[in-house]
Amino acid sequence: MQEAAFDLGAEVNGFAARQSGMGAVVSFTGIVRDIATGLEAMQIEHYPGMTEKALAGIAKEAQARWSLGDVLVIHRHGALRPDEMIMMVATSSPHRTDAFQAAEFLMDYLKSRAPFWKKEVTRDGADWVDARDADEDALSRW
Amino acid sequence: MDVLYFAWVRERIGHPKDKVETGAATVRELVAELRAREARYEAAFADLDALRVAVDQELADFDAPLAGVREVAFFPPMTGG
Repeated sequence: MQEAAFDLGAEVNGFAARQSGMGAVVSFTGIVRDIATGLEAMQIEHYPGMTEKALAGIAKEAQARWSLGDVLVIHRHGALRPDEMIMMVATSSPHRTDAFQAAEFLMDYLKSRAPFWKKEVTRDGADWVDARDADEDALSRW
Repeated sequence: MDVLYFAWVRERIGHPKDKVETGAATVRELVAELRAREARYEAAFADLDALRVAVDQELADFDAPLAGVREVAFFPPMTGG
């Protein structure tokens, strides 16, 4: 958890360099998307304490389901501008399938089971982003 | 116990945290006590389907028991990632 920006290249390179015997590293990055009404900022609130526990729990579950070397999750909070990176996950595995699947699993769970809330700030005001049914449904495939 | 509020629940209630002395046996009973406090609590807890709850920082349901619990948090469905 951090408020500051992260260097995606450095994080992924560092993650890959720490692995041994892993044939695959997969990473995903979430970026603040502009919206039709003109996004000035995306404010991300979280629940300090629970956030770290929830992320550790989700990572542990991924480790139990797939053959993974390691898991990295970085998630920012505070006020972010369009095109800034919000978060990233990286997974390593001897083979790519496990690394890809674990990364998707982490993203699906992180979206609706880790205590983060997004608020979109536009010129017209600020609104909390509603959770999407599709995000909840995505959990059923695991 | 500490009762925490996040996102629009915090905004409707007007502050992030209450210290509560309660004999409530379950989260649902605690919600009933909070709703009876003031109109802004009533507004925040009007639709329980729109709310999620964590008990001692673990997701729980509204029938979760409160014996020995130190922290309860109320918030809307999460939107991470």
